[in-house]
Amino acid sequence: MAGTGTAPGATHSALGASAERREGRLKVTGGARYAAEHPRPGRAQAWPVPATVARGRVTAVDATAALRMPGVLAVLTHENAPRLAEPDDRTLLVLQDASVPHRGWFVALVVAETLETARAAAAAVRVDYAVAEHDVTLTTDHPDAYEPETVNGDFPGRREIGGPDGTPAAVHVDVGYEVTPLHNHPMEPHASTAHWDQDRLTVYSSSQGSTTVRDTLATMFETSAEHITVVSDHVGGGFGSKGTPRPDVVLAVMAARATGRPVTVSLPRRHLPAVVGHRAPTLHRVRLGAARDGRLVSLAHEVTTYTSHVREFVEQAAVSARVMYAAPHHFTTHHVVRLDVPSPSWMRAPGEAPGMYALESAMDELACELGMDPVELRAVNDPEREPDSGKPFSSRHLVDCLREGARRFNWSGRDPRPGVRAEGPLLIGTGVAAATYPVLVSPSTAEAEARPDGTFVVRVNATDIGTGARTVLAQVAADALGVTLERVRTEVGCTTLPAAPLAGGSSGTSSWGWAVHEACARLAERLADHGGSPPVDGLTARADTEGRADAESAYARHAFGAHFAEVAVDTVTGEVRVRRLLGVYAAGRILNARTARSQFVGGMTMGLGMALTETSTMDPAFGDFAESDLASYHVPVHADVPDIEAHWIDETDPHLNPMGSKGVGEIGIVGTAAAIGNAAHHATGVRFRELPLTPDKVLRGLGD
Amino acid sequence: MGSENDDGAAHDGASAPPAEQRTATTLRINAERHTLDLDHRRVLLDVLREDLDLTGAKKGCDHGQCGACTVLVDGRRVNSCLLLAVALDGCEVTTVEGLAGEGEELHPLQRAFLDRDAFQCGYCTPGQICSAVGALAEAAAGHPSHVTGPATPSGRPVPLDPDEIRERLSGNLCRCGAYPRIVEAVEDVVVP
Repeated sequence: MAGTGTAPGATHSALGASAERREGRLKVTGGARYAAEHPRPGRAQAWPVPATVARGRVTAVDATAALRMPGVLAVLTHENAPRLAEPDDRTLLVLQDASVPHRGWFVALVVAETLETARAAAAAVRVDYAVAEHDVTLTTDHPDAYEPETVNGDFPGRREIGGPDGTPAAVHVDVGYEVTPLHNHPMEPHASTAHWDQDRLTVYSSSQGSTTVRDTLATMFETSAEHITVVSDHVGGGFGSKGTPRPDVVLAVMAARATGRPVTVSLPRRHLPAVVGHRAPTLHRVRLGAARDGRLVSLAHEVTTYTSHVREFVEQAAVSARVMYAAPHHFTTHHVVRLDVPSPSWMRAPGEAPGMYALESAMDELACELGMDPVELRAVNDPEREPDSGKPFSSRHLVDCLREGARRFNWSGRDPRPGVRAEGPLLIGTGVAAATYPVLVSPSTAEAEARPDGTFVVRVNATDIGTGARTVLAQVAADALGVTLERVRTEVGCTTLPAAPLAGGSSGTSSWGWAVHEACARLAERLADHGGSPPVDGLTARADTEGRADAESAYARHAFGAHFAEVAVDTVTGEVRVRRLLGVYAAGRILNARTARSQFVGGMTMGLGMALTETSTMDPAFGDFAESDLASYHVPVHADVPDIEAHWIDETDPHLNPMGSKGVGEIGIVGTAAAIGNAAHHATGVRFRELPLTPDKVLRGLGD
Repeated sequence: MGSENDDGAAHDGASAPPAEQRTATTLRINAERHTLDLDHRRVLLDVLREDLDLTGAKKGCDHGQCGACTVLVDGRRVNSCLLLAVALDGCEVTTVEGLAGEGEELHPLQRAFLDRDAFQCGYCTPGQICSAVGALAEAAAGHPSHVTGPATPSGRPVPLDPDEIRERLSGNLCRCGAYPRIVEAVEDVVVP
């Protein structure tokens, strides 16, 4: 039942094989070039100037001192920057007017011959502001809170089945949880290099999807998309923060137009938290009512979060409750407040990551109240159909993941009593949590070519942000063509290739792979018509999955997973250390065991950070994130991370796509923080309800 | 052996900082000698990336917080974003581009990173590999770490178990979360 890494049939098919990353050699030798690493003759460097007030207007910009420095080419401000047509995403409308919607909003851009000069000149630009009162503080009873019609992902903000208070329950849980703002912080800061040649624009941009970058630039700069080429060849991570264009690419294109030079904008790390999106903080109230046998009779998950004045983005943290558990009385809602804060956006599993932290922590509290094993509590509440839609699941297997994880983790030997396992000053505990992430898929185009030398080329503007897209798409192609993997080459990461959606929402491989599969299947048919070998100038087939990839499904399609954690809590220092972390997933067919495992483990590592180390504080007086660099915002380091295990169920689901895959990029983070938090409770007997579990909170909790 | 490069024409007169803010500096980088007329503000990382087009060393934070820019200077691992290049006159610098042998042959750590899938996006990878080269040398020279047991004999090579590797590589961040595979890759090189 459970996969250990080698998919069945791996010897017969390229799909599922642990194929090595095709760009691996370039990455380990330093030969892989990222967006800021495409020098052209005469390339200039640009450095942005962020606003130093939380709300107000720019009243004057004095660039005299900056412009006097040798090597400074231009200082762009809202007074002299090229005018832009309005895009869908207003966070891109930089240097267009004097308003400052939040601290860190870019108010000027210095273009200079070198990085050193650009940086020094940016520091010398003097900006005067008319400062207005600001409000950056999120509270559950904020007077400006409203219930949005829809939340991120286009889900309804509020759903109610059977009224919130109904059947009397034997056991109640009514608890609040809090997740602070979190930052994506991919290792490669957002960067773009732009170059105009007459009316033709070439851009190297660190993006999760260059087709969208091209189309957005075409709108904003009122240029035909055919005149724009955007390359995102190697991308140093994104985790949602590069899902759509960010200000770096707009600034680079503006600066290149204003100076007539190729220009690179590589955002300084400290600028990122304010301008590339972040996970908004979420305040949760979860109310669960259950019968003595553990069956839920009521479930309510209410979320309060913030958005900016620039655009509405609502972290859909209550939505996963609509997928997870059924109850006769089921209520989920979101409230959002517009504050003078930087615009939040996608961060790995937006909605699910904080939402499932709250829901799965509350389920653990319910299990404790009931005196029931938390694995069993989830098993008795496993629904036949998706609770909110009533649709059947295309596949679920959550209980299989829980059982398999319990077996591997040796859960059956667990003493449920909290706070009783001491090793000197350490208290040891274990915890479990479930995970879910939707199966998303978008239409894509792709092209496959058979060459007379017996090799094949697959072209699709997919983006490899570290997932191994080049490799897995070659596997999909080889499988559809019935040829060995070595004969297939993939071309990705450039808008001259067939248009494709972004690497995001764990949907990249499914979306691109579907089109690649169809193009290759068509090519195989045409090859057969030619007696098996292509004519001298080759043979090409194209596919476009529009209308099928995005068709409404009769099934509720989600990946599921189970997380198990063991922690040691130091009662002297308050430090929580993860000793073991194990995940078991039902994510459809695993297309490349090696790269899929790396993504699962990577998600779990980010979940460990969410649980223990990562936190950002919105300073109420300055309207600024206090932790805006990697010295203060603590992403997990080597020493924090034990040997994480990821396993999966061999799941066959015919209702997905031709490969049968569900997506693996995000589910790893989803239940990890709850599993670690539940383990910390099991260790100490203290329930911590605010992430991350840093020593200050733990010591305070242990002292109470 | 190496070759000579005079890269001194990097700045034209009108746009460069004044002469008193520049100094001719000689560095040996991956066995090639380079003499550059350097802006005093320029750090080693930007010399590599901007002047010499050696973009293997990455800029993740520019503040010595992430380790993506790690290279070896006179055999020791350093955050190249924190070193003013003019202060390195005469130094020997090895970057990820200089680790592999002649032709197609990879450094054993590079091979191990490929075998273990010890990276995803690849942006921290050159720094992780250079840092591991430095860490192996430090352990071989008997340098203890925070997790080295007090009973470990001094002045002798320190055996590298996974905890030692984790501790010694903790200055190199990986946001993709490849840590467990990186530790395995380094172990592969430690234990033949």
